Amino acid sequence: MMAASGTGGVKPLHLIAVLAVATLAAFILSLSIGPAGLGIGASGEARSLIFMEIRLPRAILGALIGAALGLSGAALQGYLRNPLAEPTLVGVSGGAALGAVLAIHLGLLQVFALALPLGGLAGAAVAMLLVVVLAGVRGGPVTLILAGLAVSSIATALISLALNLSQNPFAAVEMVFWVMGSLADRSLTQVWLSAPLMLVGIGLLLTVGRALDALTLGEDAAAGLGTDLARTRLMVIAGTALAVGAATAVTGIIGFVGLIVPHALRPFAQHRPSLLLPASMLGGAIMLLVADVALRLMQPWAELRIGVLTALIGAPFFVWLVIRTRAELAP
Amino acid sequence: MKVETRGLRVILGAREVLSGLDFSAHAGEVTAVIGPNGAGKTTLLRVIAGLLRPSAGTAAIDGREIADWQPQALARVLAYLPQERVVHWALSARAVVALGRLPYQPLGVGESAADGHAIAAALAAVDATHLAARPVLDMSGGERARILVARALAQEPRVLLADEPAAGLDPAHQLSLFHHFTRLAEGGRTIVVALHDLSLAARFCHRIVLMHKGRAVAAGSPADVLTEERLAAVYGIHAHYATLDGVPIVLATDVLP
Repeated sequence: MMAASGTGGVKPLHLIAVLAVATLAAFILSLSIGPAGLGIGASGEARSLIFMEIRLPRAILGALIGAALGLSGAALQGYLRNPLAEPTLVGVSGGAALGAVLAIHLGLLQVFALALPLGGLAGAAVAMLLVVVLAGVRGGPVTLILAGLAVSSIATALISLALNLSQNPFAAVEMVFWVMGSLADRSLTQVWLSAPLMLVGIGLLLTVGRALDALTLGEDAAAGLGTDLARTRLMVIAGTALAVGAATAVTGIIGFVGLIVPHALRPFAQHRPSLLLPASMLGGAIMLLVADVALRLMQPWAELRIGVLTALIGAPFFVWLVIRTRAELAP
Repeated sequence: MKVETRGLRVILGAREVLSGLDFSAHAGEVTAVIGPNGAGKTTLLRVIAGLLRPSAGTAAIDGREIADWQPQALARVLAYLPQERVVHWALSARAVVALGRLPYQPLGVGESAADGHAIAAALAAVDATHLAARPVLDMSGGERARILVARALAQEPRVLLADEPAAGLDPAHQLSLFHHFTRLAEGGRTIVVALHDLSLAARFCHRIVLMHKGRAVAAGSPADVLTEERLAAVYGIHAHYATLDGVPIVLATDVLP
């Protein structure tokens, strides 16, 4: 990482340190808040049961999935050089959602419980292969956006088809709820299933910082600085697919985190893509953990799904972005 | 370091952009590549920079085929300044110039003292030290162009390929930029610039390569290359080559019918 450029503002190390501390605080908060008070009174056994089976998986998944979404949003925005890019653009979340919906539709869920996340992972993998084949290893941002859009559209169409053909109203409700995204009732098994894939994806995405910095000057100048553009493209696609595919496979679609977090943090990262990557990873974890805690606090009054909450926060943010962009473009 | 191409052929889409181009540029010289729009100047520079594989012919730097260079090693020897002045994020001018030091920084290692010196020197060379902290996106076109030149200079290349580096610069900064190129050449660097300004080419370049339809139709000193007949044949203009107070100028007076 480069040293502070002397332009004032937040120093890179300070930014990362502050975000890391906040992530840790949000994680602890997520562990300690829930309908069952873990204070005095609860017996040791019930306490550890609640902690290990409910709180811990939920907090780990919240942190990892938020990190995956924030980081892949920052990586995609940097790679596509477009501040409006977000992880759902690559088509893997659509693929994962389709895989899980099919698992419900085909009745696999009754056969074994892990059919849902496994179906999601299979769907994400197929979607990623399709995107890579369609977009090619070489090629500009536009082909990647188009390939992702094409794969997402196919996935959406097939999800609608599955809903349409569903004989069983309970299955249909289950599919709809699943697509909305939720962190509730996830077990450590789902953590073991998805965490390794998410960590590999996160690892891949964290390697592209330099290349994204160089891409600030366009593809020719970046290649002239020794950047391997084909490798960068593959890392961004594969990293996003692994991180977001695995995330979607266990929780359903959680939108807007990957759009908002890099946007909000970009000025603090001095607009530098390489610094924005780790910052957005931590920022995404914070946002999802806090949103999930807020949901639990709201629970007595309203049973909201986390994908719905992030969309409720994210959509107005998007409107604000449009207005601001329009003001910037105005003569 | 010597830059040399032989029999270079490049086909983009259905069009043959370079058709058997022989070109060379030498250390200690500023070489201008001139020619009308679509003559293949940018394509030639992109091939030399290793961004485009020719379908036939060879291109070598220091006697070594460009495809045989490691990209990082090549980036420490050769800097390419594209014609498009693209900066996608609101980086400060200094942060943009610092990108030129990426080829020198091993992964995970920050800016060294040498990097800092190179960045400061590059900013000073384009008279932009006072702009260092300003976001590049808020600058005028000419200021941004100077910052991007500084990025290429910060790379401290032995070979500098610059595509239209003077376009959009005011006269004072055009002159000081070419004075700087001349100084770099005197220090043993190889400077190649694609140019439309024939007076700048005549005044500052030791050697001129005139391109037309993918071929080099003339190469040599400015006085040898910039003859009225050749400019008429290649550009379709009526032009005068003269010297004013010892400074060569090329003046196009009319378009030929």
